[in-house]
Amino acid sequence: MAVLPVKFTKTKRDKLAQVLWILNWISVITGAILFSLGLFLKVEINKRKELMAERDIQYVPNMLIAVGLIACAINFLGGKICYDCVDTTKFLRWKLIMLPYIVCTFFFTFCILVGALMCYSMQGEMEESLDIGLAEALKFYKDTDTPGRCFLKTTVDMLQIEFHCCGNNGYKDWFQIQWISNRYLDMSRKEVVDRLRSNVEGKYLQDGVPFSCCNVNSPRPCIQSQISNNSAHYNYDHVTEQLNLWSRGCRQALLEHYTYIMQSIGLTVLVIWVFELSVLTGVRYLQTALENVLRQGDPDSESDGWLLENSFMETARTNLNIIKNLGKCNQVDMANNGDPNINVPCSSKATYGPDNVPPQQQPGTS
Amino acid sequence: MVVMKMKFPFEKRVKLAQGLWLLSWCTTVAGAMTFTLGCILKTELRRRGEVMDNTDIHIVPNTLMIVGLASLGINYFAGKIGQDALDAGRFPRWKNFLKPYFAISCFFTVLMLLAVIMSYAMKGSLESSLKVGLRNGIRFYKDTDTPGRCFQKQNIDRLQMEFQCCGNNDFRDWFEVQWISNRYLDFSSKEVKDRIKSNVDGRYLVDGVPFSCCNPSSPRPCIQYQLMNNSAHYNYDYETEELNIYIDGCREALLNYYMGLMNTIGAGVLSVFLLQGSVLVSLRFLQTSMEAVAGKENTEIETEGYLLEKGVKDTVMEYLDPVLKFLLLKNQVQQGAETPGPANA
Repeated sequence: MAVLPVKFTKTKRDKLAQVLWILNWISVITGAILFSLGLFLKVEINKRKELMAERDIQYVPNMLIAVGLIACAINFLGGKICYDCVDTTKFLRWKLIMLPYIVCTFFFTFCILVGALMCYSMQGEMEESLDIGLAEALKFYKDTDTPGRCFLKTTVDMLQIEFHCCGNNGYKDWFQIQWISNRYLDMSRKEVVDRLRSNVEGKYLQDGVPFSCCNVNSPRPCIQSQISNNSAHYNYDHVTEQLNLWSRGCRQALLEHYTYIMQSIGLTVLVIWVFELSVLTGVRYLQTALENVLRQGDPDSESDGWLLENSFMETARTNLNIIKNLGKCNQVDMANNGDPNINVPCSSKATYGPDNVPPQQQPGTS
Repeated sequence: MVVMKMKFPFEKRVKLAQGLWLLSWCTTVAGAMTFTLGCILKTELRRRGEVMDNTDIHIVPNTLMIVGLASLGINYFAGKIGQDALDAGRFPRWKNFLKPYFAISCFFTVLMLLAVIMSYAMKGSLESSLKVGLRNGIRFYKDTDTPGRCFQKQNIDRLQMEFQCCGNNDFRDWFEVQWISNRYLDFSSKEVKDRIKSNVDGRYLVDGVPFSCCNPSSPRPCIQYQLMNNSAHYNYDYETEELNIYIDGCREALLNYYMGLMNTIGAGVLSVFLLQGSVLVSLRFLQTSMEAVAGKENTEIETEGYLLEKGVKDTVMEYLDPVLKFLLLKNQVQQGAETPGPANA
């Protein structure tokens, strides 16, 4: 009992072949889109590489790139096959390849689905990576003379200016690290020495933030130093002042940015997956319809197309048996005393009929 | 005296018509591109409209948009005429249309060239507009409570950060202007009172700049205040320090940006101008060579095509005469009506 059989007249088969040819070419374009989405994600992650700790997040864009390239190749082949399927004689060329092609494409669509799901699952890893990476970056903000960290200050400043954020969780993160290098501290001054002594680790801590935390929308000039000291500034209350500095933390800002990108990419990949699956279904129907036409002998007749010839359970059982018997051709049969010269016919070998057929008498010759 | 006579055998005419059809479609796309470039330029100029004093420079994108739209129409008709040219039955209906069509097309093509020339010539006007606009922006930086100027501070801050510049000519412009509002100055403090008294106009001037002048590429935390005082900061020399704040002036930065944009657009429009010119020249040759065929039995004879029947000066006078007659027509009638009066008296 076939699974989801559909009757196909000759015109319907031809139309299906033509439509599938166009759809396969559209799928090549969607494969290129997948590839470019993976490339875009890779570039976006690499742009902020210095702010992320070492985590396994590169596998998501790499997977998308690989899947995109393979999708282009598979659908290009599918387009060629469907173009030839309009003509029954040309179909014979592809007959043997079609079933393995469909099986491969079916497993490949799983890869697309896995790619889409990975986009959504990456969020947790990304958050952890950003948290650790940003904390490190803030710690090394002042080390503009250390090779390898020269540009960390520029990177953090540009990040805070671009994403409108300050610090890791908020601006108070800057109070806990020394972000002014010792090269610019006058060690002969009493105030500097006092601050260094008052701290256990000998760090120069102050309640001030770098200029990149300043909020552009503030109506008053930016207050960067002595933020918690109301009396240091005229008409200023640090509890109610909201517009002076950026209030968001950079980890949250970056996470929102990447989550938005990955959710959009994940949604697009899911849509592409549904599209690929429908194209695959069409190709399967076309293949079974054409094979049945060949079996019936008349290329213009009506034929049945289906997804599976027998029910799902029976097909699974038959395939498992085939896989089990695949190796049995080469096995030695113990019933014949282990003699390898005795011919043991294989179950999968093609039979060409009996060997002792006499030659046909020609009518003209004697 | 005919201008540029050329012989056209039948195959050459056919090739010319086909080439004209293809060329007119390419130029239609190019015309649409010109329109788009004009829109882009206008959008970019409007984005920074708050720091420009006048809108004189907007004539360049406006002209580009008009010329782009006109070229769509011109090339549409050129394609249609080219298609009909080889058909002796359909070509005569365009006869009366062609003279005004060529006049208008030449006018708009010359306008395209004018737009490119203007984009180079208006550099001075743009510079003076930016000078006044930026000066006002810096003056009103502190007036975030005055309606109409609330967002001046934001605009200047964003501009300085995006274009990596400080002040009008350079950062010293901020020393001459009070950019800290009186609302945030403690008038009971001696330091504030001294500063205000030391100034003729009673303004609070500092040798400091807003935070948006700070350069993120600087290796040390930004020094915004007491910029000219070396002893106020450790290990600091204002004469040799180059990376602390942006040293470029915003007027120069903006001018370079807009001139670069207009140069790129000008190069593109120049190539569209050449394409458009070639379309019109081909159409003219096709028209004149097909006119010689009209009325003859054998349409495959060789004919001559030319650009202008008379010389350049005579052709220009021929086109201008009807326009002048139309403009002066009223005066002539009035003069004619007056003279019979005295004669009859």
